[in-house]
Amino acid sequence: MATLTYRDALNQALREEMQRDPDVFLMGEEVGVYQGAYKVSRGLLEEFGPKRIVDTPIAELGFAGIGVGAAMAGLRPVIEFMTWNFAVLALDQIVNSAAKILYESAGQIPIPIVFRGPNGAALQLAAQHSQAWDSWLAHIPGLKVVAPATPADAKGLLKSAIRDNNPVIVLEGEMLYNLKGEVPEGEHLVPIGRADVKRPGRDVTFICHSKTVAVALKAAEQLAEREGASAEVLDLRSLRPLDEEAIVGSVARTHRAVVIEEGWPHAGIGAQVVDIIQREAFDQLDAPVLRVTQADVPMPYNKQLERLAKPSADRVVAAARRVLYLD
Amino acid sequence: MEALSPTMEEGRVVKWHKRDGDPVKTGETLAEVETDKAVMDLVARADGVLRQVAAAEGQTVAVGSVVAVIVSPGEAVGAVPAAAAPATPSGSGKREAGNVATVTAPAPVAVTPLPVAAAAEATRVKASPLARRMAKEAGVDLKLVTGSGPGGRVVKKDLERAPSPGASAAPTATAGATFPVSRVPFPERTGAAYDDVPLTQIRKTIAKRLAASLGPIPHFFLTTEVDMERASEAREALNKQLGDQGGGKVSFNDIIIKATAHALTKHPACNAWFQEDHIRYWHEVHIGMAVAVEDGLITPVIRNAERKSLADIGREAKELAERARSRRLQPSEYTGSTFSVSNLGMFDIDQFTAVINPPEAGIIAVGSIVQKPVVVDGQLTPRRRMRITMSCDHRVIDGATGAAFLKTLKQMLENPLAMLL
Repeated sequence: MATLTYRDALNQALREEMQRDPDVFLMGEEVGVYQGAYKVSRGLLEEFGPKRIVDTPIAELGFAGIGVGAAMAGLRPVIEFMTWNFAVLALDQIVNSAAKILYESAGQIPIPIVFRGPNGAALQLAAQHSQAWDSWLAHIPGLKVVAPATPADAKGLLKSAIRDNNPVIVLEGEMLYNLKGEVPEGEHLVPIGRADVKRPGRDVTFICHSKTVAVALKAAEQLAEREGASAEVLDLRSLRPLDEEAIVGSVARTHRAVVIEEGWPHAGIGAQVVDIIQREAFDQLDAPVLRVTQADVPMPYNKQLERLAKPSADRVVAAARRVLYLD
Repeated sequence: MEALSPTMEEGRVVKWHKRDGDPVKTGETLAEVETDKAVMDLVARADGVLRQVAAAEGQTVAVGSVVAVIVSPGEAVGAVPAAAAPATPSGSGKREAGNVATVTAPAPVAVTPLPVAAAAEATRVKASPLARRMAKEAGVDLKLVTGSGPGGRVVKKDLERAPSPGASAAPTATAGATFPVSRVPFPERTGAAYDDVPLTQIRKTIAKRLAASLGPIPHFFLTTEVDMERASEAREALNKQLGDQGGGKVSFNDIIIKATAHALTKHPACNAWFQEDHIRYWHEVHIGMAVAVEDGLITPVIRNAERKSLADIGREAKELAERARSRRLQPSEYTGSTFSVSNLGMFDIDQFTAVINPPEAGIIAVGSIVQKPVVVDGQLTPRRRMRITMSCDHRVIDGATGAAFLKTLKQMLENPLAMLL
């Protein structure tokens, strides 16, 4: 197995899917000549030409709409947003067109489109460009949402997203693109809607996704070191659909959970996870489920404040201590 | 809730004698409370008016938590802060502390009524859903489990160390002629394979006390068979005389208690308490007499039995046994025994071993009196015989010491006149 960065794993997925299916094409700002703002599309223009690697003007609503139209006509577009913060401008196409057309056409017109790009905060990009849109997008029936945390999952989920006949949102991360990991060659598909235990444990489950998987893994190590407690790290990978079985199964083993996410606490993904747990694993719970999220404020630009606002391993350990009744 | 017995950790309010708003005087009975041993009176410790009765009849409340407030006439009462939270120190905290389930009379205007939500909260056993499921599966009553979680919440680990409901006393004894019907229900089959009955206060105490006996105490047992012909004759004669005088009858058990007490005066080595770093040899003989009561047993004490007449012992034993069965013993009446007697003769038990009642060093287990063919002076004759088994704490009593005592006891029973010596 080759060790690849997250960005190269995405690149591999795009290349393989474009080789496999001539209907697949990539469109977005700077994806062609510039090889992608984060170099995800490096080498693709050269290989597939400007008809399939399409540079667009700075007009998110416009090219998202073109993508939806292309999907209606039978193509399989991959729309890259330079960041999901910019994709807010395209929400009407995503929510009102992509997510609705299959339903409003009485099932006649599928929209096999992928909207992808980095999500959430990077470093000091300030309030407008540091937002996690997970719960906004996962809220919409008609969309699927995935948020890979590792290079292997990035490749496997993007490939599955491209082959899916529904609109699929792929949430990546500026801070993830350089992450290295082993990636299976060739046909590596990660099914949408399937969570993954990134670290098995007995005493508490850390439920996380995307960038918070690394936070949870670090917290699990600290917890083992400081308290001798064993945390299971469950990576959701898909936010819609959610893998209820995996969530309930893990909580049934550990009886305690901390749910971690990059977004704000109010109506976040974690709230949905907690709903599943209280409903489906009520009799398994030995403690209330706690959440660790971004602070409920616009992201500060100040470096120290930004660090404090983000979910951290320390905060996860503190929450774990509480659910383990160690405080 | 006052501690009404030396080992009481919680009490169940059996009956309120005073109602909210009733005037009370120091020393007046406010309520009857079932402790781990008996039903006791909870008395007023001040003059005033009873307010905010915070523990309903039937509720179990931790020692130290508020069950009611006595105020001066006309004085307003604020919310009782202690009522909402367990007031007991860690270790004996019970979630039912300060229950406010039923205020028995409508609260007068002067009284700040406790909020309904607080009342419901206080009566609720706090337990994690997992703990509830585990308790249900294990048949554990959550009310009896001390919660270590926030606000006394019972959590998984509390159940992992909770005693199982099956833990109960080893067979010990009874002395009374009538044996109360067990309260443990044997209901019609409703489909369930078993019923889980929470441990009552007395059974919890029995379990705790006896588990502290047979396990830690190195027991050994001595059995002898006693010829009861003369004792039987003496009893018949005595009872005839007592009957003529209109007094109560003397039972075999009374004779055994008397003989035991007398034998102990000759063998003070067996009339002792093991006290960890010393042995206390008693100069007085206080005989604990095991009495079966509904749902358990208790050992009321016949004090200075060595100095009491058989008639006195008989009267006292009868009276103590009756009050034991109605749960009316005072703590002073069931503590402080130096040696115990347990009798299962009325159940046709030939012989058994009893569990020592710590800190005592010995107990005798008395079997039934049966006619047996015995060789006396070369002749086979029917004789009334009885087996006695002594359990000894080897830390206090050695084999020969116990045997010597038992021999004296046997002689006294076989020749009751020896007690006059």
